[in-house]
Amino acid sequence: MSAGPLATFESSLDELGVDLAQTTSDQFESTLVPLLNAPAVGAQLPFENVSLPDTVETDPTVQELEKAETGVTAAGYGIADYGSVVIQGGPEGKEPVSLYADKHVAVIAASDVLPDMDTTFDRLAEDIRNDTGQAIIATGPSATADMGALVKGAHGPMDVTVVLLGDR
Amino acid sequence: MSVDNRQQKAERIRHLLDTEGDNVHENTQVFNDGRYESTAHLDDYDRLKDEARAIKEDAIERLPELLDQVTEAVETNGGTVYLADDTADANRYITEVAGGRNVVKSKSMTSEEIEVNESLEASGADVWETDLAEFVLQVADEAPSHIVAPAIHKSRKEIADLFNVYFDPEEPLETAEELTQFAREYLGEKIRDAEVGMTGANFITADTGTLALVTSEGNARKSVQATDTHIAVAGVEKLVPTIEDLQPFVELIGRSGTGQDITSYISLFTPPSDSPTFGEEGELGPGDDRDFHLVLIDNGRMEMREDDQLRETLYCIRCSACANSCANFQHVGGHAFGGETYSGGIATGWEAGVHGQESAAEFNDLCTGCSRCVNACPVKIDIPWINTVVRDRINHEDATEFDFLVEGLTPDEEPGGMDLQKRLFGNYATLAKLGSATAPISNWLAGTKPVRMLMEQFMGIDRRRDLPKFRHETLRKWFKTRGGSRVSPADAKREAVLYPDTYTDYVQVERGKAAVRALEALGVSVQIPEVASSGRAPLSQGMIETAERHAHEVYADLAGHIDAGQDIVVIEPSDLAMFTSEYEKFLADESAERLDNNSYEIMEYVYGLLENGASGRELRGGDGEEVAYHSHCQQRTLGLEAHTVAVLSELGYDVLTSETECCGMAGSFGYKREYYELSMDVGSELEAQFQAEDARNRTVVASGTSCLEQLESLLERSSQHPVQLVDPAK
Repeated sequence: MSAGPLATFESSLDELGVDLAQTTSDQFESTLVPLLNAPAVGAQLPFENVSLPDTVETDPTVQELEKAETGVTAAGYGIADYGSVVIQGGPEGKEPVSLYADKHVAVIAASDVLPDMDTTFDRLAEDIRNDTGQAIIATGPSATADMGALVKGAHGPMDVTVVLLGDR
Repeated sequence: MSVDNRQQKAERIRHLLDTEGDNVHENTQVFNDGRYESTAHLDDYDRLKDEARAIKEDAIERLPELLDQVTEAVETNGGTVYLADDTADANRYITEVAGGRNVVKSKSMTSEEIEVNESLEASGADVWETDLAEFVLQVADEAPSHIVAPAIHKSRKEIADLFNVYFDPEEPLETAEELTQFAREYLGEKIRDAEVGMTGANFITADTGTLALVTSEGNARKSVQATDTHIAVAGVEKLVPTIEDLQPFVELIGRSGTGQDITSYISLFTPPSDSPTFGEEGELGPGDDRDFHLVLIDNGRMEMREDDQLRETLYCIRCSACANSCANFQHVGGHAFGGETYSGGIATGWEAGVHGQESAAEFNDLCTGCSRCVNACPVKIDIPWINTVVRDRINHEDATEFDFLVEGLTPDEEPGGMDLQKRLFGNYATLAKLGSATAPISNWLAGTKPVRMLMEQFMGIDRRRDLPKFRHETLRKWFKTRGGSRVSPADAKREAVLYPDTYTDYVQVERGKAAVRALEALGVSVQIPEVASSGRAPLSQGMIETAERHAHEVYADLAGHIDAGQDIVVIEPSDLAMFTSEYEKFLADESAERLDNNSYEIMEYVYGLLENGASGRELRGGDGEEVAYHSHCQQRTLGLEAHTVAVLSELGYDVLTSETECCGMAGSFGYKREYYELSMDVGSELEAQFQAEDARNRTVVASGTSCLEQLESLLERSSQHPVQLVDPAK
């Protein structure tokens, strides 16, 4: 018997060097705040009774975006086998917010952690056919080996943290 | 090839070995090792490969239909599709759309194929490559040397020197982190200022018009997000039917290429994207009026689709596994092993298809047909076959009006315009027969200095390489003289035909004798009938017609034996590989299958006999003897290395196997003047391992003829075939 998706997700993230914080909607803010390096930017979260603290700028200018240390967005899915998070970009700004800051904090509902790529693509296909035009399967930080050694944080974040909402 | 051309080619290869070889080698090795590790973690690697292959087969089959479908999908989304016939057509369209505005690009080999930067720049646009490797090459004004890691040939130090001279930063750049940070900031500004973002696409789904981009850095995302117009360029072959079809590729592509389970970002864009863009005055503005153009490029691909031999090239997902797993590529890189755009094993197919045979001819001979790439390819393309076919076409293209003058030189039906060197190696069986009949005079003659010089000048046979010594008493003659098999069919557990390959029959006769005695010791009645040579030699020179004729002859010679319930036992792995792989292309399905099912590599056969209860008592046991064993490329592809190791271990030998997968020799390759040094360079790894402290005193054994020859030239001590170790007469 293989481990459940959540346990697999946890160990996959661990292998990637991605921090995982498990919480509930009650505890969300107190879990999130210590993870934020100021200045922080964010895109509104789609979870009921869960919102971003005021210190997180949700309507950043280009300059604020580029200066941001932390970017907080929701992720549509997690993929247990790979430790990936799926960022479904749209008008609310998840794409730039998850990409420009040095650190990306991805908030994800435990019920949205899918076991594998097969299941994920079935869901993605449905979403894309229903007009969700953009999905980034993000696995660990941005990286490059083009400069003669592996460097984390190429054009994108060098650090990723996943916040898992256990009651969602 | 003329003497001068050969000389020039040798010099160019030497130059690349000296300047780029080490960096390419180190990096491709990391990728290749990573591939082994990462694919081993996949539960069902083979099933995924089959699935991926089936999707590509279907997609290419239905390509016209998928083109209509994707056009409709993209237009429904609010974008535009342009089907470009060729390079000029694509560039004209792209330049028009860009309209002189500044462009930021993410990495795309297809855009390299059409050299779009030049035409955009000519229209007044500023164009920046945002992929860091492409950025390095743009600054250095060099061409990519690898399809996935285009600047793989450059070291950190070389990049630092380049940047320090070109950009003259306040503090000289040194570490990879500093270089990355510098490039990120420099390009960040270019991205902010640009209005047009250009990307490629690894896959495009026909049902929804979704582009899948396999990336790690995040620059493709930024190039799309920060700009108002997105132009995606892709070959028409990138279409797959549905979103669900992306799944096997997403799981295979990173593992196959760089050995990552998955790259940092797999971006699925269904443009035009509505994520916020960089508006006026530093605001993040709404992105919903972005403009999107999908430029699908034909440039020879639809013709490749009609071409029964080149069609498989279109299944290629450009992962680079064939390059990374290729010993020659690992040593010289894509500046030698590549054409105008594409490099590595599959590049011959691409270059022949999109740039023409001439471009493929430049490097096609660097494929030795070792077949290591075959198992590495995630869509199971028979890459060596494509290379052989193109080689054959190049041979025919070179035919001239003077062909009749040399047509009589060789007994095959291949064109006389063909390179003399290729004709010689392609007709090795004839040469061996002659050489053996006149041995030892032929050997003496071939060993003299004036003859070696003439051979080098006219046939390009490097005089530093020892020539094989033909034996006057062939294996078959010996066998006949001794009165055939010592085990009569009536007493035998099994009956076997020992396939007398050219080398065993005329040169390496000892391994043939050892095989006969080993088989007899295991209760097998042996026959060595006259059988045609396998056709491996002409095939590797691209003489397909001749090879095909051999295949039919071999089958005719062996079919009766198979009917009589006899097993076919083969000593030379490359001949067995012919029977089990290439003959599929030459013989009727049923014939090829019968030959394949009844043919065994000698040590595989011994293994089977021992497993089935034969006693190995009469074979020579190892008693702890320390052995260093090098398998053979094609033998490994067939999964047969383990049998030799198991037999030797069971008989009490202490076996150390070579970690290097290639000896560098590969048939005639190492004899050729232009490739001799590369062959030795590749071989140096095997030499290093077998000269290391734990191997220095071990007995050297190898399965392949070429491997044995290469080992003889690399090591002081001599080497032998594993069956000679266990020879009861020894």
